Amino acid sequence: MSGEDSTDAPEFETERGYELDGPGMPGPAPDERPHPEGRRNTHGVRIDPEAEAKPRHRTAVVSALVEHEPGVLSRVSGLFSRRQFNIESLTVGKTTVDGHARITLVVEETDAGIDQVKKQLAKLKPVIQVGELDDDAVRAELVLLKVRGDEPDKVHAITQMYEGQTLDAGPRTITVQITGDQQKIDDAVDAFRQFGIIEIARTGQTALARGDTPTTPGEEPGHSTEPKDSTYRDETDDDDENQLTHQP
Amino acid sequence: MSEQQTTPATDERTEDDRTAETTQTPITTGASSAVRALENAGVETAFGVQGGAIMPIYDALYDSDIHHVTMAHEQGAAHAADAYGVVRGEPGVCLATSGPGATNLVTGIADADMDSDAMLALTGQVPSTMVGSDAFQETDTTGVTAPITKHNYFASDADTVGDTVGEAFALAAEGRPGPTLVDLPKDTTMAETDREPGPARPPETTTPPTEADAESVEAAAAAIERAEKPLLLFGGGVVKANATEEARAFAVDNGIPVVTTMPAIGSMPEDHELCLSWAGMHGTGYANMAVTHCDLLVAVGCRFDDRLTGGVDTFAPEAEVVHVDVDEAEISKNVHADYPVVGDAKAVLDQLAGEVGQAPDAREWRQQCQTWKEEYPLAYKTPEDEPLKPQFVVEALDEATSDDTIVTTGVGQHQMWAAQFWTFTNPRTWVSSHGLGTMGYGLPAAIGAKLAAPDKDVVCVDGDGSFLMTIQELSVAVREELDITVAVLNNEYIGMVRQWQDAFFEGRRMAAEYDWCPDFAKLAEAFGARGFSAENYDEAADAIENALAYDGPSVVDFRVDPAENVYPMVASGGANGKFALSEDQL
Ligand SMILES: Cc1ncc(C[n+]2csc(CCOP(=O)(O)OP(=O)(O)O)c2C)c(N)n1
Repeated sequence: MSGEDSTDAPEFETERGYELDGPGMPGPAPDERPHPEGRRNTHGVRIDPEAEAKPRHRTAVVSALVEHEPGVLSRVSGLFSRRQFNIESLTVGKTTVDGHARITLVVEETDAGIDQVKKQLAKLKPVIQVGELDDDAVRAELVLLKVRGDEPDKVHAITQMYEGQTLDAGPRTITVQITGDQQKIDDAVDAFRQFGIIEIARTGQTALARGDTPTTPGEEPGHSTEPKDSTYRDETDDDDENQLTHQP
Repeated sequence: MSEQQTTPATDERTEDDRTAETTQTPITTGASSAVRALENAGVETAFGVQGGAIMPIYDALYDSDIHHVTMAHEQGAAHAADAYGVVRGEPGVCLATSGPGATNLVTGIADADMDSDAMLALTGQVPSTMVGSDAFQETDTTGVTAPITKHNYFASDADTVGDTVGEAFALAAEGRPGPTLVDLPKDTTMAETDREPGPARPPETTTPPTEADAESVEAAAAAIERAEKPLLLFGGGVVKANATEEARAFAVDNGIPVVTTMPAIGSMPEDHELCLSWAGMHGTGYANMAVTHCDLLVAVGCRFDDRLTGGVDTFAPEAEVVHVDVDEAEISKNVHADYPVVGDAKAVLDQLAGEVGQAPDAREWRQQCQTWKEEYPLAYKTPEDEPLKPQFVVEALDEATSDDTIVTTGVGQHQMWAAQFWTFTNPRTWVSSHGLGTMGYGLPAAIGAKLAAPDKDVVCVDGDGSFLMTIQELSVAVREELDITVAVLNNEYIGMVRQWQDAFFEGRRMAAEYDWCPDFAKLAEAFGARGFSAENYDEAADAIENALAYDGPSVVDFRVDPAENVYPMVASGGANGKFALSEDQL
């Protein structure tokens, strides 16, 4: 530093402090600058300006193997609300491995969105593996329907048609259970509408990969033989559809 | 019970741990086990505030060599721990009691989360038997902090609480860093145990990659070789992965110009020919021009924040993107990656350096970048009769201090001027609140930074509004005898808001005037620090000299031009290449 008693000049010489004419900085104004032709879409994908493709939504079934610890469900659901993922349904239940649970999610998103769903899920500490199931997967949902009991015979007929069960029949209401894939459930609900549906409860889809394919990549077959918890299994029969969990 | 009896034989402890045992106080409670875990992890300093539910932990700290810094507010503790971690490159630790203590930490935790800063927060909790009963000072801390932590834990077992704390510490630093939290119910910390915690280990379900798979590296390298207008974009991950050396070498060896994000300031020396400084809303014109016109953008450890990209539709519109990140979820989150490379920045840069056979032919492009540097220099007007310019103060402070001086800031115009007009040449010398943009970050961060690097000069460039938000931490700087300098760029406004009101709200300056701020110099003196004020260029020069010379905390109240605005500016959601140079261009 120099100029001990100079009063009219800053003591520090600054490199870039120089006089400019007019407001602002030098250089061409925004409109005078060349601008590239290219563009990206809302997902940051470079696009042909002529043919802007709007990303389409699709439905995906995502299966996450998680550590069955307190708070895991709220972490997953919190992730979905926080990141505004479009979630259709979520089911969760124990697996045959002690301390593990499987969460099955049905999401409606663009490809980029589904990719994010899987990656963000995989980041959560209690999540062990994440997989997306293909169309071939075995999927099922359970619905409970409470209808008016005026025409018990007709209700029974429809229930049989959909291979359902009557869980409760009284003078005023009949409650039935139907399991199956989403289409079957939708159809069944439509069919029951004629009786006047009083209440409805759907579990949302749950799913497993078909055959030898693991549901989540690298998933080991269960070690422990049979789950001890009797609520885990449907008591009636044991086809695939009954691998439903009862507590979403 | 003797220690030997209960120490599990499977424990993978080293000889060192065992010898340490003989000299350390034996574990008696969950709290002492938790504190032992911190010691095992090498924690030297922790920041916090006492309180009912955390008292057992503090009581255990009484017997520990960990230097506990009592802060004036838990937000200060979180920011100090965050900055400490940034400077040290290891997780900073903060502590708070349950309820209000924990909620006061929240802003600092969210800040660390947005900036991927490794941090461990320990919070007291009401006894687990009372959890859920709306007990005195009960807050669902794990619930509140779940969205803003990498992971959080509710420690319900005195025998395992030490391992949990160790795991949380390790997880904070692992892969993409971030804050973790352990909520410690009082019955857990009070309960008897003599379990020695094992070494700090991350959980088994998290396995971040180090090296990227060879195929993705090959593809990226090939794209780099054939690019004509390649641009490197260094993000905060470069600094966090300690990859600045590799990153710089890669740029220089291949002659590729570099822009950084704000968190990566210092990763490339800003006085280097290839460095175009930082891009984004208030980034340099040349950085934003380069981003707009490049044909290949090689982004390393960045998350394409909207303050960087502007509208994604106009971001690097003609560029293919190579994206290197340790967090796979960042790949194609905001900007689609044509060449995804998942791995640790340091390892991947090494891999890339080995794979790129021939440097891209980019001479013309480099020249173009230099032309932009000349066309859009950072500049401001400095006639002597004008009010003191804030940019001048930043430049003068930079010139009066050494290259490895650490700069912390609040949030606002002053933060942008500090980032623009200070020439950063070293990593971990720029400590600021980026993703969350937290006013009040500067002073507690300066405290954390100084404790992390006592040998370095620490300057906090603050705004009057930001300073006022955590000013009480000055008491801590005084008590700890920290030689830090707070330079308040006092424009009597919350200036950034005023700038936006003038530009976008017809100058209706609702709630932006801060002409009621206290006399900061006097206030500094009241706290026991040194206070200075400066209204013109000469006073500024003197104040800088005196404040830097003072061995202890000092505050300079620079009365700067209240009308000064930050330029260049990319309008929110706008195109980077359309940065405005003055208000009439917005
Ligand atoms: C905690 C918090 N509250 C509000 C804001 C919104 N905000 C962003 S910049 C700014 C103005 C900051 O004023 P000051 O600290 O005086 O700095 P200046 O812009 O004047 O340099 C405000 C209010 C914020 N970023 N953080």
